[in-house]
Amino acid sequence: MDDIKIVRKGKNSNGQIRAESLFKRSLVVIGAAMVILVFGILLTLIIESIPSIKSLGLKYLWGKTWDPVNNVYGAAPFLLGTVLTSFLALIISIPFSFAIAVYLGEYNPKGWLSNFLKNTVELIAAVPSVIYGFWGLLVLVPLVRSMELKLGILPYGIGIFTASLILAIMIIPYAASLGREMIRLVPSPLKEAAYSLGATRYEVLKNVILPYTKSGLFAGILLSLGRALGETMAVTMVIGNTSLIPTNIFAPGNTMASVIANEFTEADHAVYLSALIELGLVLFLVTVVINMIGKRIIKRFTNE
Amino acid sequence: MDVNVKYRVAKSKGMQWLIVFLAFLITVPLIFIILYIFREGVTKINWTFLTKIPKPVGESGGGIVNALIGSILIVITAAVMAIPLGIMCGIYLSENKTSRLSYWSRLSVDVLQGVPSIVTGIVVYFWVVKPIGTFSAFSGSIALAIMMLPILIRSTEETLKLIPFSLKEAGLALGLPYHKVILRVILPCGISGILSGIMLSIARIAGETAPLLFTAFGNPFLSTNLGKPMQSLPLMIFNYATSPYDDWHDMAWGAALILLFTVLLLNIITKLTTKRWNVQL
Repeated sequence: MDDIKIVRKGKNSNGQIRAESLFKRSLVVIGAAMVILVFGILLTLIIESIPSIKSLGLKYLWGKTWDPVNNVYGAAPFLLGTVLTSFLALIISIPFSFAIAVYLGEYNPKGWLSNFLKNTVELIAAVPSVIYGFWGLLVLVPLVRSMELKLGILPYGIGIFTASLILAIMIIPYAASLGREMIRLVPSPLKEAAYSLGATRYEVLKNVILPYTKSGLFAGILLSLGRALGETMAVTMVIGNTSLIPTNIFAPGNTMASVIANEFTEADHAVYLSALIELGLVLFLVTVVINMIGKRIIKRFTNE
Repeated sequence: MDVNVKYRVAKSKGMQWLIVFLAFLITVPLIFIILYIFREGVTKINWTFLTKIPKPVGESGGGIVNALIGSILIVITAAVMAIPLGIMCGIYLSENKTSRLSYWSRLSVDVLQGVPSIVTGIVVYFWVVKPIGTFSAFSGSIALAIMMLPILIRSTEETLKLIPFSLKEAGLALGLPYHKVILRVILPCGISGILSGIMLSIARIAGETAPLLFTAFGNPFLSTNLGKPMQSLPLMIFNYATSPYDDWHDMAWGAALILLFTVLLLNIITKLTTKRWNVQL
């Protein structure tokens, strides 16, 4: 056996060398394909939104009316709806994600209780968004409606507030797990020094951990904002889908993602379709910029 | 002085309890969702539900077999496309840490990870659906494959980075060609990490709806033709949940239970296996 292999060595090694360079080349091609893929996505969005950019111009972005029947397109209701839902969701989620991050990162990093909490948080991130939407529609909406009745607001049930509640649950895991990693990175000599000076746990948290992890926690919040902006299904199902400018946080509205999901297959003429794609382009650019800033901050933080 | 210390300690204790309370409050919605879906869904699941296609509104009976088969087909097709590409790209990134192309490639993967799923749907609509002229399951698979890629690439890259360089040196010193060192030595060493990446990415796309809206589109009948519109579980849940009919809501609960159960199971299995093999993800 061995003899035969040695005899064939010359031929084999030629083949091997060829296979080797083929392998190396295909690796490079696939690496480059990722760059092409992303540029392809950007280019497709730009090209397809040209009709709307040409005929509507910049006023598209702050036009207040969205009326496809009369060919009037203004994206302001959706931009406002997106900003409102995302920021409201962020505000609701921050105390919880911060508490989870502190608990898992500092107060109780080991043991079954923190393991249980950690796994729960990961499972929350795993639940499909359509299931959040469905549950929100049939469980949360009636709850919000009865609350609105008590408060004396128009009881829609659906609307920006309900969407923000669902979104808040969905984005907590992202900020929480990043925050945990950041809090773990705080050097223990710093904390020990503070404790030895007689600081209480809360004072260590406030005066040592928070200042040290500030930028990292901010990045976690940015990344969860990126997720909130692009989230589609759960929001679409509970936000009410009207194209009017929302008057208060309990009013129904629409986000950029949800209006695309609702109207894309119904768009029957070129400018309508293209206006929707321009929304997609704006959404793409905003989420990409937010994600990139967040990742940059984290990279700088972890390298320090 | 003494009072001051007592106040500080009390404040610290209070803060700690508040944090514990807020942190564990997050388990409430998850448990609530799981229990609610289980309660509503479990009575709807029976043999007919799993083996028949849906009946028109008003007729009782009927099932979701078209969505089940469709989901499985779409996800498998997506996985077949994405897994080789993702692993190869992960190898490329872990092997080339400093080249200019790898910098851009890594950046692109980062960007890809943040692309909203609905945008992926739009783009695939223009790349596949429009040129072909019909919604198809295949285009849905492409959209899902694009969403799988960043997760696969990240997990492969991170796993392979941890494998000691000496292994590679040993392989090369024995005269193994480069591709054999990678495919026969490095890759098998990281296989558990890569496998969990694959499972996580499948769990992630199995519940995706938004990219399928304009690609796989949905289909009330059983179809196994990848070139035609096809139903999938998340799409079906979306359509039935937003309909005004109670029959359809019931079917959506059943479908939601199956989907939730599958996705959570995939996640838990991944977690157990990574723990077993001690993989860092």
